[in-house]
Amino acid sequence: MTLNMGPQHPSTHGVLRVALELDGETIVRAKPLIGYLHTGMEKQAEYKTYTQSIPQTDRMDYISPLSNNLAFCLAVEKLLGIEPPARVQAIRVLLTELTRISSHAVWMGTHAIDLGALTVFWYTFREREKILSIYEQVSGARMTASYFRVGGLAMDIPGGLLDRCEKFVDEMPAHIDEYESLLTKNPIWLARTRGVAIVSAKDAIAWGLSGPILRGSGVSWDMRKNEPYSGYETYDFDVPVGKVGDAFDRYQVRVAEMRESTKIAKQAIARIRELGESGPYRVRDFKYVLPHKEEVKTSMEALIHHFKIVAHGFFPPAGEAYAAVEAPKGELGFYFVSDGSARPWRMKVRSPSFINLQALPLMVEGGLIADVIAAIGSIDIVLGEVDR
Amino acid sequence: MAITPERIEERLRERFPQVAFEREHGEALRDATLVVPADALVDVCTFLRDDPELRFAMLPWMGGVDYMPRVPRFETIYNLLSLETATRFTLKVRLPEEQPVVPTVSGVWPTAGWHERETYDFYGIVFSGHADLTRILLPEDWLGWPLRKDSPLGYEEVAFTHNTPGRTVPDPALKKLAPKKVKYRAQ
Repeated sequence: MTLNMGPQHPSTHGVLRVALELDGETIVRAKPLIGYLHTGMEKQAEYKTYTQSIPQTDRMDYISPLSNNLAFCLAVEKLLGIEPPARVQAIRVLLTELTRISSHAVWMGTHAIDLGALTVFWYTFREREKILSIYEQVSGARMTASYFRVGGLAMDIPGGLLDRCEKFVDEMPAHIDEYESLLTKNPIWLARTRGVAIVSAKDAIAWGLSGPILRGSGVSWDMRKNEPYSGYETYDFDVPVGKVGDAFDRYQVRVAEMRESTKIAKQAIARIRELGESGPYRVRDFKYVLPHKEEVKTSMEALIHHFKIVAHGFFPPAGEAYAAVEAPKGELGFYFVSDGSARPWRMKVRSPSFINLQALPLMVEGGLIADVIAAIGSIDIVLGEVDR
Repeated sequence: MAITPERIEERLRERFPQVAFEREHGEALRDATLVVPADALVDVCTFLRDDPELRFAMLPWMGGVDYMPRVPRFETIYNLLSLETATRFTLKVRLPEEQPVVPTVSGVWPTAGWHERETYDFYGIVFSGHADLTRILLPEDWLGWPLRKDSPLGYEEVAFTHNTPGRTVPDPALKKLAPKKVKYRAQ
């Protein structure tokens, strides 16, 4: 029998459709069918200046907008050959780590709902809301922040932000304990996730998986450690790994990652304090990066550059660059080909959800229908990013 | 310890003396890139994956680029990753406009399956030997290859009562309230 799961099934986290070929309750073949949310972002980017594409990136993985912003900016910065100041990098680290906590909180809540544990959702979304209002304070938007810019930030962080972040980061470990008290030793949770959707380390590598799935399978690969960017090599944190590679291992990896993220965020806050709660928030390179707003009002040269960059965009050298970050869902990378004009010749997105979803048949074939829900939840997909 | 791109190239030239590798040059080429002829691609990839020194066990992504009006027009690009040494290396294959066919590497890295489908979907580049080369993101009945440079960025007008021929406004009194027909242009 062939069963059609989705594209409007509540547990497929958006418009994912899976065609399941069944023998009784056992899955013989599973085929994910995607593209329902395809909006042609890669094509559209070819018609926009680099800065105009930043809001697009928010809409890919809309659960973690700032990680997408960061990957985009790092790739363009690599193409331009510029590096933002240490203070900017610390702010980026702080905000993307909060993003990781928020993304994992959403994942945990929805994954638990899928498996019948409704309560966790209300707890995790409480903390997620706090992060969203931090976004709001920083950028004016709760979800589509678009706060990072090529060469720096859209504007400086508002006063009082660091205290607020610090309070949140200090409280967070206790909240994670709270979540864990609902799930980690819960016999139903264990029964539904242990030994389900197993991916071996060898398969995980061959299928190009990244993020918590790869680490859940016991491969210690975290781009923040192994290919550091934005100064991650100077932060002290551990990379949690699983053993078996089942849904429960992925759960444990993500929970541990939330704790590690609070550690990193705390270090980043201290670093920003050291470098100045307010200060320069962009590279001083007027050829590519907008001058600080304050300067535009006082310097003729800055005003001219401001006008030029706003009117035409900036012109990167002809060439190509790929840069990636460890986004909450895995390796998120952008590949740019530039022909020397103000618009990219080609923008390619390496979205972790797309690649991780490809391994779904590997996880569920031979298993039971009910386990498909656990498998999809444990991959942590966002269809906006799968389909782009 | 990362392996230098020079060393990778040296290993490849040692192993495949008859293959014409070409190092990619560019003003701002930020990653070491080697151009490989299409017919040697699978052997080169298998070697890069299995060689005990290089061990490029993972293919994080691959994709296509259209360089119209350049000849050859298309390129497929492969980003390789060696986890033990944290090294990345990029391979490229150049493909002519008339017959953009390249052998699939899904036998080397199964992850290439969906990437190649996506590249086929966007550019019409054919991956010979691929088990299921069908459209992935676009509808099955889509005509054309949207990411080619000669494919314009446009969109279909949404069908409402006021702009669909044959659909009449139910009440004549509403007719004057109906919005004027707007003509959309492709950007």
